[in-house]
This record gives sequence, structure tokens and C-alpha cells, in this order.
Amino acid sequence: MIVLFSIFLLTLLLITAIAIVRTQNLFVAVMLMGIASLLIAANFFLMDAADVALTEAAIGAGISTVLFLSALALTTERERGASQRKALSFAVVTAATLVVIYATFDKPRFGDPEAPVQTHVSPWYLEKTREYIDIPNAVTAVLGSFRGYDTLGEVFVVLTAGIGVLFLLGTGAGGRGISTLEPNARLRHDLIPRTVGRLLIPFILLFGLYVQFHGEYGPGGGFQAGAFIAAAVILFALLEGEERTLKVIPQRVLIGLTAGGALLYTAVGIAGMLLGGNFLDYSVLAENPIKGQQYGIILIEAGVGLTVTGVLLSIFHAFAARRT
Amino acid sequence: MALALDILSWVLLTLGGLSVLIGGIGALRMPDLYTRMHAASVTDSLGAILVIGGIMLQAGLSLALVKLVAILLFLLLTSPTASNALASAALLAGTKPLADVPEHKDDES
Repeated sequence: MIVLFSIFLLTLLLITAIAIVRTQNLFVAVMLMGIASLLIAANFFLMDAADVALTEAAIGAGISTVLFLSALALTTERERGASQRKALSFAVVTAATLVVIYATFDKPRFGDPEAPVQTHVSPWYLEKTREYIDIPNAVTAVLGSFRGYDTLGEVFVVLTAGIGVLFLLGTGAGGRGISTLEPNARLRHDLIPRTVGRLLIPFILLFGLYVQFHGEYGPGGGFQAGAFIAAAVILFALLEGEERTLKVIPQRVLIGLTAGGALLYTAVGIAGMLLGGNFLDYSVLAENPIKGQQYGIILIEAGVGLTVTGVLLSIFHAFAARRT
Repeated sequence: MALALDILSWVLLTLGGLSVLIGGIGALRMPDLYTRMHAASVTDSLGAILVIGGIMLQAGLSLALVKLVAILLFLLLTSPTASNALASAALLAGTKPLADVPEHKDDES
């Protein structure tokens, strides 16, 4: 049954991908990419990867679409004329596809217990999560503690990407913002979205915090929570305008969040060193090593969430401020 | 009792699937944006209510039921709002309905 669902979703994904390539309208392409993200998220969920599915849905289908749309508002809606060397592109794509298809012959079957991924370190992680960290979600244990160093790297990748975008576009300070409609038109046409949006924003924030702090027990964690909280603030910005949003969360606070999250993560690592453990070894953070691991994971997840929120909001503001 | 619930749930799910299908056909076949949105809203409203209702009967009294109620509430709040925002945006952007609105009649007659 799962295989049938997967085939169905992947076929839809293929159709969506072809449609993305073929459409000349960039707005349509962005919407289709959102659909593609949702399809692949559903597919991840079918394969029991709830954490990855949540991330894909929140970041791929949600925030990316919003950021693409803000970028699209700065450029034209239609794609410029396609490349002239169609034969060459076709040959390159065909060759690459054949290589990928050839590579799939060597892949183990889905769910094969003998697959390298099941026989290498995964059993150890799954066994030792209970003993060392004692939290139900093994994914969070791997992400936050066993492979904490990798996640630190990811946070710095996000931070660097944010800094890069801000260098290219500016921080958006002094920009006038998105309020393109006259006040009267806004009042008439925005009444329903504004009312419902205002009603929903607290719940989105609450859900973001739930995902942030429930990551040890269910799917979730800093990356997804950051996307949700950023989405709530972006919704506020769309309804109430840039200026009011920047009054609520000023630019310097955003930069503080962005850098502060990465700093918090690093500080937890260094605290471990100062208390006599290795870098990012949380066991020494408390009397009881298991409690220490749990504190460490909560702290670094908070750092991840802060950085992701800060970067996403900074990028959104940078795009929105250029629109004028 | 369990059998009755199962049958009811499958009826709801089938009807929900049918309304989604009808919504999809309508979104493809209707002549202009506003009528297409009208067709697509069958998916959002009736389809969602029926499908989630069917799943609720399958879930029974559990935490999943509470989550489904929350999902249904959010869908019922957000999808009409999104439709409203979309129609407003289209109207502001100057997309005219195909239907015979009074202005059109004046132009044509």
C-alpha cells in the first residue's frame, strides 16, 4: 500500500517537475515548486521520516515560496527567452539522467534491513539514545547530540547565507516597505484577511514554540520552529505593513537573534569544554549526564531556532524593503 | 456499532473524495478565475469537511480526534480567507468576471 502511495506521489512530483521546467511564467513556477515540496514532504512522511517531512513542508513549501514571491516582486513575472542551445542542454540532461538511473540499480530495496544505512551506525544510535540521552525522538538525539557538530555546521551555513543575502540586498533599513495599496483600498479589501490573520498569528506562534520545545518527544526542532515563527511574523508584516513589523522586531534585534543563536550553540559547546568534557559534549553540563544531555539539546535547539528565525526574517525584510 | 461507524466513515470519505474530484474538474473546466475559484472551493470546504469527518470516525475518542478538530477549524478559517484574498487581489489587479454584470449589459445593449 505504501509503495502504491509513493508511486502515486512520485508520479505527481514528476508531472509537477516537468510543468516547472516548461512554464514560462515564473509566478506559476513558484507555485508549482510549493506543490512539489508538499508532494515530497508527503512522500517523506510515508517513509516514516516525520521530522524531515515537517522541515520540507515548513521550509520548502512555506517559507521558500514566500521568499521566492518577494524576490519575484523585484523582477518580472515572465521568464526571459529560453536558451538557444536546446540540443546541448537536452544531451547534458539525458546523460545526467542516465547516470542517475544507472546508479539506482545499486541501491538497496526500500526498507532492506541489510542496507548499509541500517547496518552502520544507526543501530548504535537507536540503542544508545535511551541509555545516554533518554528522549523518545531518536532523530533529535542524533541531530542535537550524536551529530551535534554537523548541526553546528548547518547553523553556520544558515547564518552565512543570511549574511550573504544581507550584503547583496542591504538590511532594508530606511526602506518604505510593501504597503502598495492606498489606505482606503486596504481597508475595504483587507478586512477579512486582516481579521482572520490577527486571530491566527498567536496560534501560529504558539505552534512554533510547541514544535521548538516538543522536538525531543515528537517531530520538530529548531529549524522547523524557526520557519513557523518567521511565517507568523511575515504574515503580520503582510497584514500590518513593514513599518509596524520593524517597530515590533527592529533590525538590530533581528541581527542579534541571527548571531545570538549561533553564538548560543557555540557557547554550549565551549561550556562543555570548560566543564571538562569535549566540545559539544553535553554530559558534563549537569550533575546527571543524561540530564546534561537533555539541557544541552534544549539549549542548542533554541540556538538553531533563533538563528533560523533571524535569518528568514532578515531576508524577508531585505526583499520587502527593496520593493519601493 | 463498530461496523456502522466504519460504513459511515467510508461513506463520508467517498463523498469527500467525490467532492474533491468535482472541485478539480470544475477548476479545470470553468471559464474564468472567479467561477474556477468557486469550483475549487468545493475542495476546500465540502471535501475537507467530509474527508476529515470520515477520518475522525476512524480515529475514535483519542488525541488524534482533537488534532483533527484543530485541523478542521484551521482549514475552515483559512481557506475561505485565502479565497477572499485571492478574489480581492484579482479584482484589484483588474480581472473582470465573465458573467453578465450590470456594467457589461450596458456596454453590450
